[in-house]
Amino acid sequence: MSVLIIADLQEGHLKKSNAEIISYGNEIARISGTSAGVLVLGNCSDNLSTLGAYGASQVYQVADANLQAVNPSVYVSVIAAVIEQIGADVIVFSNNPSSKSVAPGLSARLGAGLVSGAIGVPDLSNGFSVRKTVFSGKAFAEVSINTAKKIITLNPNSVSIPFVAKETVVTNLSISVPASTRKVTAVNKIEGEVPLTEADIVISGGRGLKGPENWGVLLDLAKVLKAGTACSRPVGDAHWRPHHEHVGQTGVQIAPNLYIALGISGAIQHLAGVNRSKVIVVINKDPEAPFFKAADYGIVGDLFEVVPQLTAAIQQLHAEG
Amino acid sequence: MKILVCISKTPDTTSRIAFTENNTRFDEAGVQWIINPYDEWYALVRAIELKEKDPATTIHLVSVGGADCEPIIRKALALGGDEAFRIDIVSDDSYTVARQIAALCDREKYDIVFTGKEAIDSNNASLGGMIAEIYPAEYVSLATQFTLTPEGCSVTREVEGGEETISCALPAVISCQKGMAEQRIPNMRGIMGARTKPLHVVAAEAVTPLTTITRYELPAAKAGVKLVSADNVAELVRLLHEEAKVI
Ligand SMILES: Cc1cc2nc3c(=O)[nH]c(=O)nc-3n(C[C@H](O)[C@H](O)[C@H](O)COP(=O)(O)OP(=O)(O)OC[C@H]3O[C@@H](n4cnc5c(N)ncnc54)[C@H](O)[C@@H]3O)c2cc1C
Repeated sequence: MSVLIIADLQEGHLKKSNAEIISYGNEIARISGTSAGVLVLGNCSDNLSTLGAYGASQVYQVADANLQAVNPSVYVSVIAAVIEQIGADVIVFSNNPSSKSVAPGLSARLGAGLVSGAIGVPDLSNGFSVRKTVFSGKAFAEVSINTAKKIITLNPNSVSIPFVAKETVVTNLSISVPASTRKVTAVNKIEGEVPLTEADIVISGGRGLKGPENWGVLLDLAKVLKAGTACSRPVGDAHWRPHHEHVGQTGVQIAPNLYIALGISGAIQHLAGVNRSKVIVVINKDPEAPFFKAADYGIVGDLFEVVPQLTAAIQQLHAEG
Repeated sequence: MKILVCISKTPDTTSRIAFTENNTRFDEAGVQWIINPYDEWYALVRAIELKEKDPATTIHLVSVGGADCEPIIRKALALGGDEAFRIDIVSDDSYTVARQIAALCDREKYDIVFTGKEAIDSNNASLGGMIAEIYPAEYVSLATQFTLTPEGCSVTREVEGGEETISCALPAVISCQKGMAEQRIPNMRGIMGARTKPLHVVAAEAVTPLTTITRYELPAAKAGVKLVSADNVAELVRLLHEEAKVI
């Protein structure tokens, strides 16, 4: 049962998430007594042998310029052709907007059971069972994949498997890339921002910030912690912050190491999106705010007084090194 | 223009999540059912907006599930849509559901299929991509804007750290999220009209599920919050650095 890890690329660069999916794929290979390879689709400006640092020994590449943009039907055809050529049984993706476009189609094409949003290493003691979040983070499900071929998309920041650096062999595959009339006509990237699902630390603001003009205190804290920024739904709805920052049951679901909530009450729909964070800190002036029940650390106080002090204290910690 | 909107029944977002039968089944006792918010707020309303612009548009709704889906199908018809299908099978396997809807697409030849970006209970975000592969049609996931063009459609979608706009041919399956449309509330005329709109019950195709949910689990409860005084912010920094080791 060999494992194929689909490398995560953005604008031709390898992303940090590759460390996690490669160690995850290697772990599946180890427990099932087989080997794992990494597939890079399109041209990559980074040196592919750097993937060896995360434990990739075999890297395959289909270096075709028509694969720079993720076109679902084209990607499905190319990955299916690669699988036919090299014979993989378990296909691993990082769960993100690209894999959401490709993995479901690949599942239907190959008749391969898909678990999307996995958060654990498969349990092989009785078939092949993978844990995932359901009810938007309010519960977990064990999903058994009944088919010979299996596809898993792994939620970022879900597993921490130590990786052993390996010597990498890069093999170029020649696969014909089907033509397509589909085109990317515009790209609008927000510069200099840490993508929310990849951020180790996230600072999030709610209605307690009173208005968009007050976001400076939050952004200053985010800056010293190199953190991503998020918000509650009413904040996104009121356009105080861009709507892709909205976390929760009907927004983005995240699992950073540290989530700091400022002026957020902690409604059940909000908690659903953030309760897999390793450590939650809540700063709220209302001691009865429900969020304190879901928090690890808390300060009852006015965020406009507490947060600048917090930022200064962290700066001091960094200065002391 | 012929549009299909996929509607799924999900528990209300405030529902208590609990399981029965040795944690193998969702406990439906006391649960309020709603239309999956992404299906209602974005997929369905965008379809209605397209019909308002071009009255020659036909909107069909489909829900795959048992008779207990019918109240939410009627509610969706009250918002808009001309007729509805309920495909009579209960399954938690996305592929089984996608095959049913793809079979309907094959018969009815839709130009556009709208789905929500995911169901808030299963969180699979995979139905649309599977339908597109089987139908077959173009697939655009996580759409925040959709417009018809002479070539087909132009769709803006979320990518990591921003958005991209794609132009592609029809038929297309579009998974919808925030930005696509503004949430609406059904009016009295809609509610009255929905009662007489056709709701066809269709027998399901036999499909072998690719996956099975074997067990559910609730997250472990937190140990309890450690409160730090607002006068001693440095102590919080010390705890985060030395105890939690996250900064
Ligand atoms: C179907 C549905 C889906 C939903 N999905 C989501 C979702 O995905 N994400 C989401 O976030 N919400 C969601 N909601 C909304 C949710 O129910 C809450 O209304 C929302 O999360 C509240 O946002 P908030 O905490 O920012 O605001 P509030 O509830 O108004 O809380 C503001 C908090 O700020 C505190 N505060 C005020 N001033 C200060 C100060 N100076 N210093 C410190 N603290 C202060 C207050 O004590 C209060 O606790 C959903 C609701 C529904 C019905």
